[in-house]
Amino acid sequence: MHLKRPAAGRSRPLRSLLAVDFDLSDEQAAIQRLARDFAQGEVRPVAEELDREKRFPYELVKQMGELGLMGIPYPESYGGGGADTLSYALVVEELARVDSSVGITLAAHTSLGTWPIYAFGDESQKAEWMPGLCAGETLGAFGLTEPEAGSDAANVRTRARLEDGEWVIDGAKQFITNSGTDISGFVAITARTGEGEISNIIVPNGTPGYAVGQAYRKMGWNASDTRPLSFDGARVPEENLLGPRGMGFKQFMQTLDGGRISVSAMGVGLAQGALDEALAYARERQAFGKSISKFQAIQAKLADISTEIAAARLLTYKAAKEKDEGRNFSLTAAQAKLKTGRLAVRAAEEAVQIHGGYGYIEEYPVCRFYRDAKILTIGEGTDEVQQMVIARALGA
Amino acid sequence: MKICVLVKEVPDAAVEKRIDQSSKRIDRSGEKNLNPFDTHAIEAAMQVKEGGVVDVEEVVAVTMGPESAFRALHKAVSLGADRSIHLTDDALAGSDCCATGYALAKILEEESPDLVLLGQQSDDGECYTMGAIVADHLRMPSLTQVIKMDVEEGKLRCERQAEYGYDTVEIQLPAVISVGDAINEPRYPSLKAIMGAKKKQLDTKGIADAGIEADRVGEGGSRTSVLSINPPPAKQAGEIIEDEDTNETVGKIVSWLEERKLLA
Ligand SMILES: Cc1cc2nc3c(=O)[nH]c(=O)nc-3n(C[C@H](O)[C@H](O)[C@H](O)COP(=O)(O)OP(=O)(O)OC[C@H]3O[C@@H](n4cnc5c(N)ncnc54)[C@H](O)[C@@H]3O)c2cc1C
Repeated sequence: MHLKRPAAGRSRPLRSLLAVDFDLSDEQAAIQRLARDFAQGEVRPVAEELDREKRFPYELVKQMGELGLMGIPYPESYGGGGADTLSYALVVEELARVDSSVGITLAAHTSLGTWPIYAFGDESQKAEWMPGLCAGETLGAFGLTEPEAGSDAANVRTRARLEDGEWVIDGAKQFITNSGTDISGFVAITARTGEGEISNIIVPNGTPGYAVGQAYRKMGWNASDTRPLSFDGARVPEENLLGPRGMGFKQFMQTLDGGRISVSAMGVGLAQGALDEALAYARERQAFGKSISKFQAIQAKLADISTEIAAARLLTYKAAKEKDEGRNFSLTAAQAKLKTGRLAVRAAEEAVQIHGGYGYIEEYPVCRFYRDAKILTIGEGTDEVQQMVIARALGA
Repeated sequence: MKICVLVKEVPDAAVEKRIDQSSKRIDRSGEKNLNPFDTHAIEAAMQVKEGGVVDVEEVVAVTMGPESAFRALHKAVSLGADRSIHLTDDALAGSDCCATGYALAKILEEESPDLVLLGQQSDDGECYTMGAIVADHLRMPSLTQVIKMDVEEGKLRCERQAEYGYDTVEIQLPAVISVGDAINEPRYPSLKAIMGAKKKQLDTKGIADAGIEADRVGEGGSRTSVLSINPPPAKQAGEIIEDEDTNETVGKIVSWLEERKLLA
């Protein structure tokens, strides 16, 4: 490992770089256990049906809110769980291990919907939104992507101009998670507020001129809510500006950095869930007079995937720990995102392969996992964008 | 009213059970969890507390186990217990059921609860007898495999699962009740409760603190010794009834069930 010499007076990074502790704390382990039991007990029995009916998991969101899972890494003073990023990642992982739609609903809400309010909002914005967000009674959405601005997210076309103490917003957003549910409270959008100036503005659902479009017909994540948004002279008070004017670019880059940790946890979870299913199936399924798990070709797949998961998990947890320690985690988060997205796709594919024809049938969870995996190499920054981020950090 | 709940840390259900042939004990390494049956006992205590029929001042979780067993207590308090007691001492290692029951009873004596609840079995040892042993030491009446429990002033009305059907029994308090998993649906601990678990009082005690006689516990103080340990016999093959004539098939199934007194 390449160890950077810590700056004078900063002994902490050196110590924690050397002291590698692979054990979860008792609290983290208990939170992981809670999420695992909840995913197995409550999510698993309904996951297939929610996916098939493309139904948003309102009941599960309510339960997760009551259990304190909808605002895990935020301070208790705002109604959050007061837990760390690693605990949060553990919960996302356990959910995605069973169902990605539920996983992303919680992850996008926490990392994309709630984060900008918590990190950039003033006290009155936080007082207005944080308690409902942390309780899971209100969902937050983050509107960055536009028809002309995806990977090139700074190419924002949506405009907001100040008029009589109000922002007047015109434009469109694309692929926005959690924006159109019955409990969606607002979308925080990036908008051009002047020449070369991007700012974030809170637009509450129900604002005249702000229309939430029909949900997309997607390859996967069927029970998660994803919609196009349009703004046609939508007016919100000037105070809905998030943080200082013109800070939008920095703010969304920071938001995406954090989101990458939870999306990485989704990839680890999905891969683990695919492995769980594949292993159980391989032990059960007989061919040529024995369990297919006894064939070397199957064993090699299981062994390889389990090894990749172990490595990807460590990278993901490291990014979470770096964030918790207040260190720069951008590089690790991008590496984790790149690694886990690809792994999820591969693990789901191998799991389907191990299931043979049954893997192509919706009764088997791996069929859904296969459809759910692909977005993980696209959303929250494509693989190619992660490579750009990583290469830049390397100084290439 | 004061309720004590006996809890135990056991290997997680997902861990394949192994016997350590040299010590003839269960290999308890690997991931652990609170004994699932005990979560039903805690839930039963919470339902009494929240039910409002009687006033419950305190629910106290008690465990005997190695140092790591405090995690079972943290889980117990995250599920609602008010405080917990950890009996741990090198002298206790290797205690059999009777020795364990004696040691737990000594802790309970000090607490003098009105009701002692526990799971009907532990997921590892599965002796099913802890309730009875503890009750005997405490000179309290005891019921096992209780699947319904209504509390009234000074007594309980319980249904216990019998081999065929249910017994409805009234029992005077104080009493020791072991519960089956059909009694309730345990709640999940909330994240806040998990985060707050460390803040609840946990008393760690050794045998001297509890007045436990050293020669009545541990491997030396246990009067049973395991001679050998074997896997259970393989299950008998089921009976397959070919469905040729459906009326006949139904008749066969009914008589099969009747033979086993499974039809009311
Ligand atoms: C289900 C779902 C949910 C989503 N949720 C949200 C949300 O809540 N909020 C939000 O703001 N967005 C959301 N998105 C949008 C998502 O983040 C974008 O789709 C993603 O960032 C890619 O942008 P794009 O679709 O415009 O693709 P493009 O940017 O057009 O990319 C097309 C291809 O070109 C490649 N490419 C682009 N630029 C370069 C380059 N410089 N070098 C090399 N390759 C390049 C890309 O990697 C990709 O392979 C969601 C998307 C989906 C599908």
